[in-house]
Amino acid sequence: MASVKEHKSHDMGLHEEVLTGRTQQVFFNPEEAENYFYDDAFDVDFNKRTTIDVANLNAPEVNKKIKDLMKQGYGTIVLKNPGAKHSLGVGILNKLNLIVEGSLGYFGIGSVDGPVVRISGRVGWSCAENMMAGKVVIEKNAGSCFGAAIRGGDLICKGSVGARSGIDMKGGTIIIGGNAGAFTGFMMQRGRIVILGDVGPNLADSLYDGTIFVGGKIESLGADAVESEMTDLDVDWLKRKLKVAEIDKKVDFSKMTKIVSGKKLWNYDNLEPTERKGAI
Amino acid sequence: MCGIAGIIHKGKSTNVGSQMQQMLQSLKHRGPDSTGYALYGTGGSKDYILRFKVGENVKEGSSAVMEDESLYDQRRDEVNKKITEAGGKIIKQEQITPYSFRYITSFNGDLLDFARKIESVEMAEILSLGNSLELIKDIGDAKVVADQYGLNNFKGTHGIGHTRMATESGVDIRSAHPYWAYPFKDVSVVHNGQLTNYWNNRRALERKGMRFMSSCDSELIAVYLANKIRDGINLEDAMSSSLKDLDGVFTYMVATQDQLGMAKDSMAAKPMVLYESDDVVICASEEVAIRTILPHEIDTYDPYESEVKVWQA
Repeated sequence: MASVKEHKSHDMGLHEEVLTGRTQQVFFNPEEAENYFYDDAFDVDFNKRTTIDVANLNAPEVNKKIKDLMKQGYGTIVLKNPGAKHSLGVGILNKLNLIVEGSLGYFGIGSVDGPVVRISGRVGWSCAENMMAGKVVIEKNAGSCFGAAIRGGDLICKGSVGARSGIDMKGGTIIIGGNAGAFTGFMMQRGRIVILGDVGPNLADSLYDGTIFVGGKIESLGADAVESEMTDLDVDWLKRKLKVAEIDKKVDFSKMTKIVSGKKLWNYDNLEPTERKGAI
Repeated sequence: MCGIAGIIHKGKSTNVGSQMQQMLQSLKHRGPDSTGYALYGTGGSKDYILRFKVGENVKEGSSAVMEDESLYDQRRDEVNKKITEAGGKIIKQEQITPYSFRYITSFNGDLLDFARKIESVEMAEILSLGNSLELIKDIGDAKVVADQYGLNNFKGTHGIGHTRMATESGVDIRSAHPYWAYPFKDVSVVHNGQLTNYWNNRRALERKGMRFMSSCDSELIAVYLANKIRDGINLEDAMSSSLKDLDGVFTYMVATQDQLGMAKDSMAAKPMVLYESDDVVICASEEVAIRTILPHEIDTYDPYESEVKVWQA
């Protein structure tokens, strides 16, 4: 029976894995995480809502505007007419409801820590790269390098994604409602990836640690990746996580494949607390 | 990093010149050195459209050697002579820039011989030869090149284009894309990426009599496909086999008189975004390019690794 603290850490996406006893879950102290804030974080009110029309703005202008509005206490910001522009919504180190009405280009929502982002369209390459915490939900498809090097949070794409999703991932969860391309989880170091559809060749190539769950067919496994047994704990976690991810697809969890690392790493530092985010 | 884009209208001719210009201009940040277009007009005529150059653009930023412009006229006269000697007839000739020309010619013989005769003239390079293909490339961004060559009013069914960041070879027209798949009429190629077994393939193809005009690795794709087509292999199969034979990271597009195709390497390392509807297919390195044609919200996707697609006009 999970403790209240464990539930809180699940909801916040602050669960991690360690190499020793592979696939075991280690929970961080949520109180510690809750007390964490950036020196320049803004006290925002989620009921205070405004809209930015992106049509005639470039990425630095939009990102500065988001920061200025958070400074004024706006907790819900809607981006209209994003037009697949690149690098929108990056560097948000704050609690915020960001609603994107349309599609983003490359490097959208990168290096964020804390916001909840909803994107009604598609995202290009490297969405949410380096995300530390928060939740990003994409209604349509995503390009390659989805969630590259994320350290925490939940990144959800309801459609299909390109190649190398979760490359160099160090924590958090990536959930893909459709299919995923080649080299998914390439050099993944920690965290979880869930793919409900099929996945391309070289899944989890050079995997250090972490777990990948696949609902459909796996074209091929990469070096160091091995199949593992699904546990009841895995099924419980998947059920809860897909609910959080707002994916209402019927999933037969018993038919899912679990992939973990088959390599013993001698010089691998398995202690990377999320509190290290203060270092960025 | 380079930018590539393509559009094909199904069963309809429209202003592909300005559409390609808009898309390529939005990809300028991916390649500011040169821009190229392969535009396909309505065709239908038995006469050939011949685009060729007899010199290089030597403006600031070019790596080409400065030449006396009077040489261009001499070379053009020699090309005219060669066309006549080969049994061709010049129906119409236009000088677009001091060094580049557009001819309408009639010819009934072997295209390879015809092309070889023209290119025997010093510095003469055929950019394209076909019944509907018009291949234009020069130094500068998409707008500069389109204005210079009057492409904004070009009507046709489809086209591909390229914005180049020079990495493997010089900033000049001969290294710019697209490449014509010499000597096959109406076949052109644009490429984003790097080929790592360029020399092995080039030597093998040269031994088979194929010609290379530049040291740009992208030209290899055009020549490779031309060789396959010469062997009677259809476009889609030729593209599929290229994924096995060409090593490196790449996404490329190829166009023929009535087809547009794309291929992506086995690691999917170079981007491509696709939009497909019943009327049109648009592909580009970035969705922002597609949005210049379709500014409203659309459903797009990335093709996967080792994927080959071909669409019909």
